[in-house]
Amino acid sequence: MVVETGTHTVKSGLAEMLKGGVIMDVVTAEQALIAQEAGACAVMALERVPSDIRKQGGVARMSDPTKVREIIDAVTIPVMAKARIGHFVEASILQALGVDYVDESEVLTPADEKLHINKWRFDVPFVCGCRDLGEALRRMAEGAAMIRTKGEAGTGNIVEAVRHMRAVQGAIRALVAMDDEELVNYAKEIGAPVELVRQTKQAERLPVVNFAAGGIATPADAALMMRLGADGVFVGSGIFKSDQPERMADAIVRATTHYNDDAILAEVSTGLGDAMPGLSMDEIPESERLSKRGW
Amino acid sequence: MTLQPTIGVLALQGDFHQHAVTLRALGACVHEVRKPSQLDGLDGLIIPGGESTTIARLMLAYDLHEPVRRRGLAGLPIWGTCAGAILLADDVPGLDRPALALLPITIERNAYGRQIDSFETDLDAPALPPTTDGTRPPYHAIFIRAPRIRSLGDGVEVLMAHDGEPVAVRYRALLATTFHPELTTDQRWHQYFLNTVNRDRIQRPAQTKGPILQAAGGGP
Repeated sequence: MVVETGTHTVKSGLAEMLKGGVIMDVVTAEQALIAQEAGACAVMALERVPSDIRKQGGVARMSDPTKVREIIDAVTIPVMAKARIGHFVEASILQALGVDYVDESEVLTPADEKLHINKWRFDVPFVCGCRDLGEALRRMAEGAAMIRTKGEAGTGNIVEAVRHMRAVQGAIRALVAMDDEELVNYAKEIGAPVELVRQTKQAERLPVVNFAAGGIATPADAALMMRLGADGVFVGSGIFKSDQPERMADAIVRATTHYNDDAILAEVSTGLGDAMPGLSMDEIPESERLSKRGW
Repeated sequence: MTLQPTIGVLALQGDFHQHAVTLRALGACVHEVRKPSQLDGLDGLIIPGGESTTIARLMLAYDLHEPVRRRGLAGLPIWGTCAGAILLADDVPGLDRPALALLPITIERNAYGRQIDSFETDLDAPALPPTTDGTRPPYHAIFIRAPRIRSLGDGVEVLMAHDGEPVAVRYRALLATTFHPELTTDQRWHQYFLNTVNRDRIQRPAQTKGPILQAAGGGP
């Protein structure tokens, strides 16, 4: 019988398996093992965590293949890695290395200021960031099999993550109430294909898995994003820039599973030491906001 | 006995939600299980797909490993899909946490390769109940970073195979599938499990389904 690989079903299916979980940014195999031990459902390989990219500046690129291989060899959970927006060669290299998911990410310096990668051409699935429903559906139209709200990476400040998740969920609630005439016009207004808008209305949610990202620094932040409708969370700098990475990782995993249980949230939030240092949005000039990248 | 069976879906991580949607469509009462107390009163349990490494750790961290194992030994019907099948097995090479060791099979994780080797295909499904027109159409199975069953112990029955290898097996009231029925609209495997649960409800005394304080079959 016919065996098909690289279909949208198996691509989006892997994201389904990650639901309810925490995906942690790691830069070394050692960090990847700490993440796996704490109960991460996947790790994201990158050359520097977002808060260091923000501090050090310069061009942020795909991680060194040596590092990606070391991380793949170190853990049994899925390994994701970031490619620059529009950099389809970085994405091809990551696919050849055997990563399980490519994140076409605004956290790295964009390679193309107009176009994203045509993700349908790949067998490896892609996750992409969004700030609102239109952006999410445009990325899906390009072949993304998973979405994450962008937030503002490397800040330890949850405010942008909340803004983006509320924008997506609020738009879906409004869409559900629209009739078919309004729907076509709405698709035009948000710059999204009408067929995907229709699917979203029917499912009353994004047609693919949607995680929250960008600013999650505490167990309470993770639970907040879950209660706002996230299917799971990405934690970047929040773990390895905190006082006690192992404990913080474990606590964020527990908070993500038990996001509706206040007693457990109180328990796991206790005695974690300092979270990563946070940044107020006023301290970040518009030109340095990572979430503005991507179109 | 109420008409509806009550099925728990282990909801620590993975695609528990889709299982719940399909079970409800088939008339079952569904509870998400995140704490040991939520195992009480269940007629059956599903351990969903997800990451086996993650779920194995979280079952220990949330004190669910022993209670689930005890219920399995006492005869509670349990269905594991993909990661769930791995957790039911008694031999999982390379898993650094104990599996539940309820099902006498050896199962190898991520055994088809990495994500780019994940696949979907149609398989003959003679074990599934016929559809309303009396036919048994092929079953469209979705394999995602799937495990492979490498050996079968005594009494394990193969229900479906791919390229001559078992992908769905049964042992007493336990069911293990290495693919993902919850990702399709074909409800036959969920119906199969509910049939197992309903047979068990008739045969098994109710007292074994409540809180089980003593290890019924000894520790691991």
